[in-house]
Amino acid sequence: MSLLQLSDVTLKFGGLTAVAGLSLAVEEGEVFALVGPNGAGKSTVFNLVSRFYTPASGRITFAGQDLLRLAPHDVPALGIARTFQNIELFQQSTVLQNLLVGRHRHRRTTLAEQLFHLPSVRGEEREHRHAVEEVIDFLDLQPYRDARIAGLPYGVRKVVELGRALASKPRLLLLDEPASGLSVEETQNMRWWIADIRRHMGITVMMVEHDMGLVGKVSDRVLALADGRRLAEGTPAEVQAHPAVIAAYLGTAAPSKAAGGRVA
Amino acid sequence: MRFQFKTSYEQDIRLFEDRRQAARYALLLALAVALPFLIDDYFLGEATNVLIWAIAGLGLMLLTGQAGQVSLGHSAFMALGCYACVLMMNAGVSFVLAFPLAGIVTGLAGALIAIPAMKLHGVYLAIATLALAILADDIIVLTAPWTGGVAGLYAPPIDILGVTVDRWSTPDLYWWMVLAVAVLVTLAYVNILRSATGRAFAAVRDSEISAQAMGVNVARTKTIAFGLSCAITGLGGALMGLFAGAFNNETFTFLISIQLVMMIVVGGLGFIQGAFLGAVVIAFLPQALSLATDALGRGVAIPGLEAGVFGALLIAFVLFEPTGLWGRWLKIKTWLELFPFARRDMFRRQRSYLKTERLR
Ligand SMILES: Nc1ncnc2c1ncn2[C@@H]1O[C@H](COP(=O)(O)OP(=O)(O)OP(=O)(O)O)[C@@H](O)[C@H]1O
Ligand SMILES: [Mg+2]
Repeated sequence: MSLLQLSDVTLKFGGLTAVAGLSLAVEEGEVFALVGPNGAGKSTVFNLVSRFYTPASGRITFAGQDLLRLAPHDVPALGIARTFQNIELFQQSTVLQNLLVGRHRHRRTTLAEQLFHLPSVRGEEREHRHAVEEVIDFLDLQPYRDARIAGLPYGVRKVVELGRALASKPRLLLLDEPASGLSVEETQNMRWWIADIRRHMGITVMMVEHDMGLVGKVSDRVLALADGRRLAEGTPAEVQAHPAVIAAYLGTAAPSKAAGGRVA
Repeated sequence: MRFQFKTSYEQDIRLFEDRRQAARYALLLALAVALPFLIDDYFLGEATNVLIWAIAGLGLMLLTGQAGQVSLGHSAFMALGCYACVLMMNAGVSFVLAFPLAGIVTGLAGALIAIPAMKLHGVYLAIATLALAILADDIIVLTAPWTGGVAGLYAPPIDILGVTVDRWSTPDLYWWMVLAVAVLVTLAYVNILRSATGRAFAAVRDSEISAQAMGVNVARTKTIAFGLSCAITGLGGALMGLFAGAFNNETFTFLISIQLVMMIVVGGLGFIQGAFLGAVVIAFLPQALSLATDALGRGVAIPGLEAGVFGALLIAFVLFEPTGLWGRWLKIKTWLELFPFARRDMFRRQRSYLKTERLR
């Protein structure tokens, strides 16, 4: 059984069909990339899995469970965490507090216990903090621990958002353009992190990315999308060489096969 | 400049950052406890009034400063807290029980109202809650058999375990009672902030979308915020009514709501200290104004002056110092600590990068 499965999913925004009868399956333990030109419907697929949108038809399951029966805030409890293309952090909070929100699904104490700050709350806070510190060490965020998001550079925010998702200890991590806007060096780091997340943390990764160099290096399987439809699926090399994919990119920019080539 | 070296997680969970901060607040508390011996009864009464306002303000601060939801209806919850407490006392329930119960009743009522109201955002929520504040007046008149309506109610004497606490005969006891409530409410407030619920409040305030993506139930979180906020404000209302001695349908008008909003904005949104600073401004501004008009025009009353100055002050703070007096103080403190290395644009607010309304 696949970890995440979309079967014949269709979503319309008024007259525009953003996702058209799409089926895909993400297997446990792999890095699965979703590529395609702007407006192809990649982020929309993530928003469907997050339950921000409800499809007009089709099924979405996660580890055999019907996701469409859940509210958006119930999805993380299954072990699905995500980042956003345009970074959605808690601006007025510190990096530490942002990462601690990632622990929300692991909370155990009640409001009454919290009001009186009982020992149970203190113990829980210590555990959350421990888990978050592991993420901080992993992503080298120590210098920014107590900094507020509002003053941080773009590249650091991107890492914090990854950290917040990791802090929830997910089974499936959805990354929406993790390398967009990053420098060459930062993209390099992102590549190692994604590889480590899969290998050492055992987390399945599904990502949307325009940087074909990065996609080629970290992903096992790639699905190319255009106008909400499947174009091709296979290894990164297969997909890049596929005539339909090349045709879809014509008029924007041809996908470069060289490492680091960007397709926007 | 003083650097803080953190050596354990406890330092971020504890009530105070370090010994120095703990010592400063201990000193402040000692000063507050000793206040009746330091100033005369008139000023002690004024100080009690300030502290009552601060308690009511802490309630709104939790909702607006922490969870990011506006309410112009908090005067209605002050009224509810006040009537609930006094009606229970009149029915023979002791103050020690009636007072916390009044808070709980107000909190539950607030949570109940929040369930439909919290579907509204921003200005719509403000209008809906304002309607509630205006409605409160009519409800009190309509329920005159219990509330006394226009004629109002007299506050019964407060009896705490056999000791009578009276504003006029034992102002020091009254002050200590209000101080104890203020300390307990502040403690509960801090406890919420350093827990998952407090972080969920901030998450909902800053980004509902990613709060949901991290598993925060937005509707539930807002309801809890509204309930807790109303409970605290209800306690403030009960104290205010008891302190006033008598109250009717016009005691808790919607203007009180506006004053509460002004208080937390001027004091500093999101800061506990801001509620206290704001309360000082609210309580002493009318006095300062009347002193000023006396000095200028010798008894010429200018109608609407107070409301006008309140409004102007609110707008000025929103435009020029959105972090309020406490935020200003923090900046001055940082500037002093860094002197002479402070940079000019250190506090400039950063435009958030690539932010759109759309979920892309
Ligand atoms: N909330 C919405 N309302 C209306 N139309 C939308 C909405 N969200 C997305 N769309 C449209 O749906 C289509 C797919 O958008 P989506 O954001 O999924 O594209 P994408 O593949 O992520 O593109 P990009 O590479 O630019 O991020 C686009 O045409 C977009 O304009
Ligand atoms: Mg996108």
